Amino acid sequence: MSVHMPSSIDQLESILSNDPQATILSGGTDLMVEINLHNRRPSTVVSVGRIAELREWNISADRVTIGAAVPYGVMEHGELAATLPALAEAARTVGSPQIRSAGTLGGNLGTCSPAGDGLPVLSALEASINIRGNGTLRTVPFSEFMIGVKRNCLGPGEFVHSVDIPRVSGWQGYAKVGTRNAMVIATASACLVRDTFAGRVRIALGAVGPTIIRCEEAEHWLAESADLGSTLPPLTEIVLEFGRKVAAASKPIDDHRSTADYRRHAVGVLARRLLERSYQ
Amino acid sequence: MSTTPDIGNENYSLDVNGRAVDIKDSWIGESLLYVLRERAGLPGAKGACEQGECGSCTVVIDGKAVCSCLVLAASAVGSKIVTVEGLGENGHLSDVQQAFLDCGGVQCGFCTPGFIVAVHHLLESNPNPSEHQIREALSGNICRCTGYGRILEAVQKVAVERKTK
Amino acid sequence: MNTTSTLSPPRHGTLGTSASRPDGVAKVQGGFAFSSDMWAENLLWGATLRSPHPHARILRIDTTAAWKISGVETVITAEDVPGKSTYGLIMQDQPVFARVGDTVRYAGEPIAAVAADHPETCKRALAAIRVEYEILEPVLDPERCIDGSAPSIHPEGNVFRHQRIVSGDPDVVGDVVVEGIYEVGMQDQAFLGLEAALAIPDPGGAGVELYIATQWLHEDRKQIAACLNLPEDKVRLVLGGVGGAFGAREDISLQVHTCLLALRTSRPVRIAYGREESFYGHVHRHPATIWMRHHASRDGRLVKVESRMVFDGGAYCSTSPAVLINAITHTQGPYRCENAVVDGWALRTNNPPCGAMRGFGVVQACFAHESQMDRLAAACGIDPVEIRLKNAMQTGDRLITGQVVDSVAPVAQCIRETASIPLPPDMGDEPDVLDLPGGSGRTADRRHIKRGVGWGVSIKNLMYSEGFDDYSTARCRIDDGVVTLKFATAEVGQGFVALAQQIARTVLGVDDVLLDTIDTQVGSAGSSSASRQTWMSGGAVDAACRAARDALLDAVAVEHGLVRSRLTIDGTDIVDSDGSFRVDVSQAARGKRIDETREYHHQETEDLDENGQGNCHVAFAFVAHRAVVDVDTELGLVKVVQVATAQDVGRVLNPTNCVGQVEGGIAQGLGLAVMEEIVVKDGRVRNPSFTDYLLPTFLDAPVVDMVFVEEFEPKSPLGAKGVGEPPCISVTPAIANAIRNATGRELPRVPVRPYDICL
Repeated sequence: MSVHMPSSIDQLESILSNDPQATILSGGTDLMVEINLHNRRPSTVVSVGRIAELREWNISADRVTIGAAVPYGVMEHGELAATLPALAEAARTVGSPQIRSAGTLGGNLGTCSPAGDGLPVLSALEASINIRGNGTLRTVPFSEFMIGVKRNCLGPGEFVHSVDIPRVSGWQGYAKVGTRNAMVIATASACLVRDTFAGRVRIALGAVGPTIIRCEEAEHWLAESADLGSTLPPLTEIVLEFGRKVAAASKPIDDHRSTADYRRHAVGVLARRLLERSYQ
Repeated sequence: MSTTPDIGNENYSLDVNGRAVDIKDSWIGESLLYVLRERAGLPGAKGACEQGECGSCTVVIDGKAVCSCLVLAASAVGSKIVTVEGLGENGHLSDVQQAFLDCGGVQCGFCTPGFIVAVHHLLESNPNPSEHQIREALSGNICRCTGYGRILEAVQKVAVERKTK
Repeated sequence: MNTTSTLSPPRHGTLGTSASRPDGVAKVQGGFAFSSDMWAENLLWGATLRSPHPHARILRIDTTAAWKISGVETVITAEDVPGKSTYGLIMQDQPVFARVGDTVRYAGEPIAAVAADHPETCKRALAAIRVEYEILEPVLDPERCIDGSAPSIHPEGNVFRHQRIVSGDPDVVGDVVVEGIYEVGMQDQAFLGLEAALAIPDPGGAGVELYIATQWLHEDRKQIAACLNLPEDKVRLVLGGVGGAFGAREDISLQVHTCLLALRTSRPVRIAYGREESFYGHVHRHPATIWMRHHASRDGRLVKVESRMVFDGGAYCSTSPAVLINAITHTQGPYRCENAVVDGWALRTNNPPCGAMRGFGVVQACFAHESQMDRLAAACGIDPVEIRLKNAMQTGDRLITGQVVDSVAPVAQCIRETASIPLPPDMGDEPDVLDLPGGSGRTADRRHIKRGVGWGVSIKNLMYSEGFDDYSTARCRIDDGVVTLKFATAEVGQGFVALAQQIARTVLGVDDVLLDTIDTQVGSAGSSSASRQTWMSGGAVDAACRAARDALLDAVAVEHGLVRSRLTIDGTDIVDSDGSFRVDVSQAARGKRIDETREYHHQETEDLDENGQGNCHVAFAFVAHRAVVDVDTELGLVKVVQVATAQDVGRVLNPTNCVGQVEGGIAQGLGLAVMEEIVVKDGRVRNPSFTDYLLPTFLDAPVVDMVFVEEFEPKSPLGAKGVGEPPCISVTPAIANAIRNATGRELPRVPVRPYDICL
């Protein structure tokens, strides 16, 4: 039998160390498309869905830890959603309810598509990715994890164990543009976090570049131009300029889903709206 | 260099509609949809996109409605799988199936089994869904014939009937 | 004295009731056998190798490596086609397989096919076939086929049809003139049930049986038999369950390939396309560019319409000439207009082949004329509803082809009934996110939204045109009290199987009506297209049932010594009008065997002459749509809130099924308006998947409020008009007009893309 279903992390590690080429199956919503449509032919598959540890999530005082095999559907409601509303909003836009029952954050990270809905949230919330494999644990910030279109820093024998998301005091939200009211790949998306404690805004963009794009220049400019700890929204002029700076940070392309011009325009609009929404 | 795996090496057993189904000499890359239809004699789940974009292949696995085209069949060993063939008792129609007929929710019928499974699953987890909740919960099931109006009516009809029972 | 009506409600299951579908139980239980569910002992899988290039010469095909793969039973190419090497509905210009030395003319053209023990083996075999190409410059711009600057890419040339219409005074000028250039993108029928077929060879290869999802069994058989070099009676077609059609199953796709593989291997073969292959395997709705100029009097009465229509037919002919004729003959829309100059072109390019899709050319014409009507209303300072009412066609009006509309034509009534449907309420201050454009993406807040209202009205011909006798056949058999109908009418989801039973119950007074297998063992029924089966096959079933009823009454008269002329059927009884005799039909039919087959033919039509004049169409139906949209003007996202519609249906024969056709058609028209388009660049389809070819979901479908305008159509055998196509035609311009109303943008093309609205 060439499909392994380990029930523990140790088993998973030993399977991967014996066969570093083994394909990890975490939800299947990407891998099975590759097999069904793109002639991918894995020789060994390791399904991580039975490893209880990877399906756990935990909320502590300063962070939320989400196992790699927690499906998106779990993030849409309940305590996780209340603690991480931006992640809940992003989760709600992932494919269909059927996809959200299967698709996982670990899968999203494994595939690392710039249109992956969970990824801008991880970026804006400055999440860290806990990576296991080859008998070691290492933790890398999301910004170092995703290194290109569908490319990440995972080495042979390594797998995503979980994600640590620091808790932020203040508003967070996600918005995604697609030409359908549900079940659509993002043509542009954005996650904005307004950290009222630190007095700064963080914004990350999806589907407008080879990786998720953090708009640090726009963030710094905004922090210098407005009092982000205040309960009053910045002046309209400031909001507009913030949108322009965010749009300028994007590196979109023309493809069959949309145009670069539209994507650039859309992330600017989303940035403005999310900023305004953070004061409502 | 990975070698191309042979076809016909995989043997396992699935629990489908409460019955053990032995799968013999299969290929590792087979989806649950393929195995149900071509090996288990259960053609109710339909394939129309092979990538989770249409919902025609919806089945319930361990209480969750999922697209069987995106489930590696061999990874479903040990799970409880329910297909459209497992709904209704002794060949009688379930209330959802009856409502689809009564309300005109069936035209070509290709999306119907996926919808029937998804609606059963919806009403079990949310017996009193709002119209928004119905539309969102079923937004992964594409119907090309009906425009969804008669399907909406069927779901609402069952919800009301179950409440008054 | 009290009077009571003698009219009782129709008996359940008869005409006018929402009789349930006989295939319904199997469909909800998952047991209904679609063509993709067909299975046979010793089955092989088939698969097709296709060209990745839109235009290339094939230099060499090497199948050696494919043959060597374990599990591969056969590999076939053009050399293995025993009969006619090409097929096609109008012009037989499409090769079964592209041949070495010849060219491929679109990306996706079949080159070879394999049969093997497993779909995965098939994939590996296809990958092992080596094809050498000489890449050629593709012809992608249809205008270059008109001006002659493109090289001919087929021995039959690059013009499928060119037709002019000149009517009345071509030089007359109106007080008010508006013009525009409109574009319609390539839409896909996107039926859910992918192409699939099972072929079972006769021993010794003497013939073949094909289980196939198609719209027209007999036409398929004719083309298949010619390619197989078999007599038609050795090719038996049985309708496999059809998972939607919408025009995409009129042409041959996998039929010949499946039969060839089965005959070659002497084993049953099944081919089942995946979604991507389906995008290459069937024809699409023609992309079109339409220039239109309307002349009107100052008060908004149409004086003249001018148009130039260019339809890109893609690589092969399919039904392009007929689609073009439909488009140009509907240029005026449902409005009176005496003068016209129309120039229409259907052209061959190296783009994907186009052909039939629900609406058949009228969709494109209607988008243009309804966009123009709003422009004209604005130019005349008249309300969009008023200008449409002012010009509304009536029975007896003459079309720009010279044909007099002798159908019931309640255009004004459709408009008024639609206008009387209440508008939806405002969205309120705190709408649910799912009510906003962008839906669960949470892109908009209430204040970003503008609402718009738009109108579209259309005329659609019913049945085939230009001299085509698309007759239909049905048999009614009464055998020892059991009534069985047989016909070859393709049930594609529309519910003809329910209607056929309703007709038999109504005419014969029985409740139980069996349906025989739908196959080629009876005469042709024509195609399930052109909104024609209720009229045509309904007419044939009705005629066969009436003949059977007459035969039964004859027999009963003889048997009981009654006066034949006094016998009628009342409910489920045969009665003598003098009150002396009453017996249940089923009982009376016991022991009797009656077998009646009838054909139904519509009135003859004629070809258009060089000026586009002639009685080319059989009949017409009309519909009005009013769309209400909410638009996020800054992001260009649209939510269609409500579609109100009143449709001319002649007579409602099955209310539930009529509602289903209207709601379903509107969803497809919505798709064309705001999201559905096959994106073709450099001759290649860029989005051949349901991830990127977007269909409306449950959250995109609007509320539909409808009225059926019922006026018995005397020309129709049952008084009813086809209801399938009209719903999807004018809803598209209604939505576009609503978006224009909300945004002030011109929006000359559908689908309207977000960047068309906001950039």
